[in-house]
Amino acid sequence: MNAPAKTSKLIKGASGDWEVVIGLEVHAQVSSKAKLFSGASTEFGGEPNSHVSLVDAAMPGMLPVINEECVKQAIRTGLGLKARINLKSVFDRKNYFYPDLPQGYQISQYKSPIVGEGEAMVDMPGGETVHVGIERLHLEQDAGKSLHDQHPSMSFVDLNRSGVALMEIVSKPDLRSADDAKAYVGKLRTILRYLGTCDGDMEKGSLRADVNVSVRRPGEPLGTRCEIKNVNSIRFIGQAIEHEARRQIGILEDGGKIDQETRLFDPGKGETRSMRNKEEAHDYRYFPDPDLLPLEFDQAYVDELKAHLPELPDEKKARFVRDFGLSAYDAGVLVSERATADYFEAVAKGRDAKLAANWVINELFGRLNKEGKDIAASPITAERLAAILDLIAEGTISGKIAKDLFEICWSEGGDPRAIVEARGLKQVTDTGAIAKVVDEIVAANPEKVAQAKTNEKLLGWFVGQVMKSSGGKVNPQAVNDLLRKKLGI
Amino acid sequence: MAELTSLTISDARDGLKKKSFSAAELADAHLAAMEKARALNAYVLETPERAHAMAKASDARIAAGKAGPLEGIPIAVKDMFCTEGVRSTAGSRILKNFIPAYESTVTANLWRDGAVMLGKTNNDEFAMGSSNETSHFGPVISPWRRKGANTPLVPGGSSGGSAAAVAANLALGATGTDTGGSIRQPAAFTGTVGMKPTYGRCSRWGIVAFASSLDQAGPFTRTVRDAAILLRAMSGHDPKDTTSVDRAVPNYEAAIGKSIKGMKIGIPKEYRLDGMPAEIETLWRRGADWLKAAGAEIIDVSLPHTKYALPAYYIVAPAEASSNLARYDGVRYGLRVAGRDITDMYQKTRAEGFGPEVRRRVMIGTYVLSAGYYDAYYLRAQKVRTLIKKDFEDCFNAGVHAMLTPATPSAAFGVGEKGQADPVEMYLNDVFTVTVNMAGLPGISVPAGLDGQGLPLGLQLIGRPFDEEMLFSLGEAIEQAAGRFIPQKWW
Repeated sequence: MNAPAKTSKLIKGASGDWEVVIGLEVHAQVSSKAKLFSGASTEFGGEPNSHVSLVDAAMPGMLPVINEECVKQAIRTGLGLKARINLKSVFDRKNYFYPDLPQGYQISQYKSPIVGEGEAMVDMPGGETVHVGIERLHLEQDAGKSLHDQHPSMSFVDLNRSGVALMEIVSKPDLRSADDAKAYVGKLRTILRYLGTCDGDMEKGSLRADVNVSVRRPGEPLGTRCEIKNVNSIRFIGQAIEHEARRQIGILEDGGKIDQETRLFDPGKGETRSMRNKEEAHDYRYFPDPDLLPLEFDQAYVDELKAHLPELPDEKKARFVRDFGLSAYDAGVLVSERATADYFEAVAKGRDAKLAANWVINELFGRLNKEGKDIAASPITAERLAAILDLIAEGTISGKIAKDLFEICWSEGGDPRAIVEARGLKQVTDTGAIAKVVDEIVAANPEKVAQAKTNEKLLGWFVGQVMKSSGGKVNPQAVNDLLRKKLGI
Repeated sequence: MAELTSLTISDARDGLKKKSFSAAELADAHLAAMEKARALNAYVLETPERAHAMAKASDARIAAGKAGPLEGIPIAVKDMFCTEGVRSTAGSRILKNFIPAYESTVTANLWRDGAVMLGKTNNDEFAMGSSNETSHFGPVISPWRRKGANTPLVPGGSSGGSAAAVAANLALGATGTDTGGSIRQPAAFTGTVGMKPTYGRCSRWGIVAFASSLDQAGPFTRTVRDAAILLRAMSGHDPKDTTSVDRAVPNYEAAIGKSIKGMKIGIPKEYRLDGMPAEIETLWRRGADWLKAAGAEIIDVSLPHTKYALPAYYIVAPAEASSNLARYDGVRYGLRVAGRDITDMYQKTRAEGFGPEVRRRVMIGTYVLSAGYYDAYYLRAQKVRTLIKKDFEDCFNAGVHAMLTPATPSAAFGVGEKGQADPVEMYLNDVFTVTVNMAGLPGISVPAGLDGQGLPLGLQLIGRPFDEEMLFSLGEAIEQAAGRFIPQKWW
């Protein structure tokens, strides 16, 4: 926090530079079949109030019983964030009235969370790595959903989400720009998805963030912060921060002061607006939930979970750099999704890894992005892309033809080798045939030949002509060699 | 057949076994008695159809030689227990029409063992009270009257209906709940036996919560042996209540008649209050003498933090209650009073749905948990609680097997006599019993005599955690010496 401000991240105001300070509270829905304290299903998209147990509806005399799978998921996540796991933690009641909160309190962890301090390393596009401190992670219940648009004068309540387990992951105020924050949430999402502890599906509300924003002059103490509640996409998180930082700077530069308050982000208008101020803030009257004993487990329990953790993105990235000689950036792109990394590894195995990385990142990702497809939905499997790379390596096809072949495989499907055979895409390697074409071109262009003898750069023009007349099927290296010999350069 | 209602559970069990009478006859006798005793207001709901059906099923199982441990025994259920398909109100207007779709674990255990449900008994609203006067359904009138007077007396509370039903022969036994004395105090007021087991012995699942860390279910009966029989059926680990303890349930009845020779019984000096009636003092001494005569060793002990127990209790219990009762908001079930908006609806629903004592405790609880007051009240009360627990542990570790104290500071009082001007006057009823809940220990109230006006008085025995057996042995010794106390029928 006391590191000098990075100039590139400062925001220019009318009266000089400002530094924005951001901390995030990310709410990640735990991947589990049942809710945190009841056996009801967590499945998304059921009929309203179809996944509601007596406990979720807070019927009289009902008691919560902790779902051990949710505890394991929280521990796994803590381990993935290199965080301290607390062998004893306590569930508290956070008391407030709301129609979609049946108990009149949310069971959460207040003073003693299950996971303590940890860290996430966030790679920025410019090559910088931002270290984001994790303050804590705790388990809590989600609320239900109020529906205000179903009836002219009444609100409806859907309790399907009521009691679903959430992990609240609280960062330290270590982020200094909207890009930092977006990259951090992206990284968190990657880690959660690798661990299988949250599906990270923001459209289903599986990942939401409360964003704390303040601004200050570089080097000065922290300013007053505002909390923007429940922002539900990475893009919106960026927009909300940009807007909120500008708003606060505007107020301060006009000689005003920032009121500590809770704000909402309006994605339609791209702005934040006040929800409630400090005076209206709830007094949640936290106290330990007497229905639940403190949550306790031993180190062996944690160690067992640790032993079965998958390879995490940072480790995988380091391995890709080390074992495949990839650039840190390329490795970072490839490990951002576990499925992508797996795809890449299948293609790269026993092949030119750098070439494989190029193909996966440029051709495959480019095409997937263009069509808005997920890697799981790629029409070209890792085996087929590997076959294309093998055809290049054997010299059967040129890189250019390979791109055409990729296109055919993408839109029509089929085995790359069979397509090459069937469509006569094989590279011409017969030097006699190539020499014939070279001879023709040389004979037809005496002036260019004369120029080429003094200016070697013209060799490229000759190569182009030969490739053109052969339909791209000749080996460019062979053409190059023959032309040099023929032209005597 | 009238005498069927005056049987003990153990007698009735023998009679059913010998086919001296049927479960149906036993149930009918009780249903008839209940009908004649409506002046007591002990039951808020009689369930004759269910009783008939259950008794019939019991007779069939008896005939088939498949009788359970409580087969055919008619039982009354405090209205704090949720009973499937049977209205369960907690004595509150807010749950006046609430019919649960589930059965509490404790009552399910009773039906599993063959017991027959007679109905639901009256209690103070959400079990908050010591006289059964805060019930939405009106006060319960004690079957006891002062000698030569007909002033209506309270049966104690909050389990006043269960206590009155057992005392007036309207059930062979009844369930109660005890958060600060709600079983033991009404037992003492009605000449019945009331046992609050160790916290965690009975499942709280399906019992309307008052103060979760203090609430325990327990039995009301006319003899100590019956209490042992009933508690065995009620107890047991329940995976649905994580505070219930996974520990085998002993055959408590085997403790009845077991020698108490050499047992060390502590007399805590802090329970000798200023201004305590001489009769209570005498009763207490007499109780000690009886135990001594039966071979126990009586020793003076000190529980130094006793005086802080009552104030600490009246912080912890309302704090938990304020949160536990937040679910009664008119949104999903129970009373709803329409309002301009959601806040107005909450306010109107809760203002009309809760009676004054419940509202008072919700407000106290909300206050003591509020920012700025939490440390001074709630946290401090929890520290006191730890000290109270330690006081007991120190004595038990020094070899004391159980404590003997009065159950209440006085005999029953008249309806409307106490707590009208100052609620604390009512709260003082629990002075001897709250410590036991705060420490999570088992406690039993056993009838030990009558006061000068002919009203029953009880003695309380407090045991080590999960040593209910010791309390049954000692309690029975007192019962043997003191005899039983039965009210003159006037209703």
